[in-house]
Amino acid sequence: MSFPWAKQYTPSHPAMVWLDEKLPLPRLIYGAVGAGYEVPRNLNYMYNFGFMAGLCLMIQIVTGIVLAMHFAPNSAIAFDSTEHIMRDVNWGWMLRYGHSNGAALFFAVIYLHIFRGFYYGSYKAPREMIWLLGVVIFLLMMATAFMGYVLPWGQMSYWAAQVITGFFTAFPLIGDGLKEWLLGGFAPDNATLNRFFSLHFLLPFVILGVVILHIWSLHIPGSSNPTGVEVKTKADTVPFHPYYTAKDGWTVGVFMVIYGLFVFYMPNSMGHPDNYIPANPMQTPAHIVPEWYFWPFYAILRSFTQPLLFIPGKLMGVLAMFASILVWFFMPWLDKSPVRSAKFRPLYRKFFWALVIDVLVLGYCGVSPPEQPYILLAQLATIYYFAHFFIIVPLVSSIERPEPLPFSITEAVLGHDGQAALAAKG
Amino acid sequence: MAQDAGIDTPAADSGSGDGALESGGVRRRDFINIAAVSAAGIGGLAVLYPLISQMAPSADVLAEATTEIDLAAIQPGQAIKALFHKQPLFVRNLTAEEIKKATDVDNNPAEFATLRDPATLADRTKPGKQNWLITAGVCTHLGCVPLGAGPGEEMSRGAFGGYFCPCHGSTYDTAARIRKGPAPRNLEVPPYEFTSDTVVKIG
Repeated sequence: MSFPWAKQYTPSHPAMVWLDEKLPLPRLIYGAVGAGYEVPRNLNYMYNFGFMAGLCLMIQIVTGIVLAMHFAPNSAIAFDSTEHIMRDVNWGWMLRYGHSNGAALFFAVIYLHIFRGFYYGSYKAPREMIWLLGVVIFLLMMATAFMGYVLPWGQMSYWAAQVITGFFTAFPLIGDGLKEWLLGGFAPDNATLNRFFSLHFLLPFVILGVVILHIWSLHIPGSSNPTGVEVKTKADTVPFHPYYTAKDGWTVGVFMVIYGLFVFYMPNSMGHPDNYIPANPMQTPAHIVPEWYFWPFYAILRSFTQPLLFIPGKLMGVLAMFASILVWFFMPWLDKSPVRSAKFRPLYRKFFWALVIDVLVLGYCGVSPPEQPYILLAQLATIYYFAHFFIIVPLVSSIERPEPLPFSITEAVLGHDGQAALAAKG
Repeated sequence: MAQDAGIDTPAADSGSGDGALESGGVRRRDFINIAAVSAAGIGGLAVLYPLISQMAPSADVLAEATTEIDLAAIQPGQAIKALFHKQPLFVRNLTAEEIKKATDVDNNPAEFATLRDPATLADRTKPGKQNWLITAGVCTHLGCVPLGAGPGEEMSRGAFGGYFCPCHGSTYDTAARIRKGPAPRNLEVPPYEFTSDTVVKIG
């Protein structure tokens, strides 16, 4: 997509002219993430996380490919080969810590990216497809992260594989067979480790493909912005390069500082010490918790302790956990308000923050032991989570009286005087 | 379809006309199209089957599906963990007192009615071998290994004296029946038979 005023790619070097005729790849890049992509001038820092997520994916792919050169996906030696990477391979410790902490920070970045989407109504028409593809990417990320966590074949790896594939036994009739098919056996074993390695290698490239679709669908309407008002004139936009490449570059620097702190100074702070014990099918660790980025979903899973509507609690928990993410797919249609940005939606804004707190409470319950008062707290927070999507969002969008929107992006940035200033400049 | 007609009858200038006349508007080209697409579709599905089936437990995994255990060394009150289906198996020699605790529930209809997954000790053991409680060591909640069969775990058998799962607090009695906590079912009893007085074959 480009606005009529977007710059056109004009190669000057004869070689580039020749290439442009044969394969206009530089033209594609110029229009997609270069000076040819016009972006609203008023994006704030919350809009930097998409670029950072792309960077995280690249870090994971690069560190992952080199780790795969040293890792042995066989249950007899997987644990030892991981320790071999940590102790013997040149820079192996840095690559592995970079990969494991990179995964956690990837989720942190993605959550902030999703947060931005919810707050500024980025999912609304005409950008529904961008949102749907984004949810697909998130689901793929969860699957990839889980399978990657199993690979070192430590105690947490093994029991994560056991408990998570155990979810599928909740389904009546097909459940046990489904679990055996997923594991390739009756319990996690070499077959499981092998296939998880294969899929863990494949899925990041699937994610990359969906990311390309995500960006493609973004470039049809163009980027949204904090006012939620569409681009009207040339004055509303600036070229992606150099304006946003420079701004994104700055936050990449900030990200690298935080990433470096984790990798070099506290590489195990987000891990679990039990994963340095080799997998033992005969002994379950005393306290099984997933990585922090799955805590809220784990809390939803565990909050169904009793049958509901004749559905056993175990199945209900599994269904609710999947539903808690699948409901995001319906966001563009559950939220009927024509106003995009929560900045101009006083009522929605309050409930938005209530949901943020609710998810934090769920996360807290997810890491706590499964006993009272955490069970009750998680149950209340789960009810509120689903009420937000199915009751509060549709209701608020029909009764709310939004605040007046600015006439244009330029007016929002420069105020009413901006029109005069631009006219004078004009 | 109409554009195929020219290829179907290259000599004909009249286009789709004579092709359509062959048999009630159906041309040979239509049959070939449907046959080719069907063959490709069925072929594709046929390839899908092995691709899905390869993920199921392989022959060597299935071949390990039986295991033999010597019971001679297991004293009353003692339990051992064996490996069956690559998962723990609990073999327990119940004491007379533990058998009584289980059968007291069986013989008391009021208490028996409170069981989540009703079964008697006799249902869960072999006739005349009621002291041998052989069950999977896999909690029916999310697959953790309960405490109570490993060495030094005699004090961690929970309030009902059977097994206790530390993950989410499921408590099993001396017939390995679920009595308290989130697990939906009793510990599973695998198929097994006594090949002699002191040897059992599991699976």
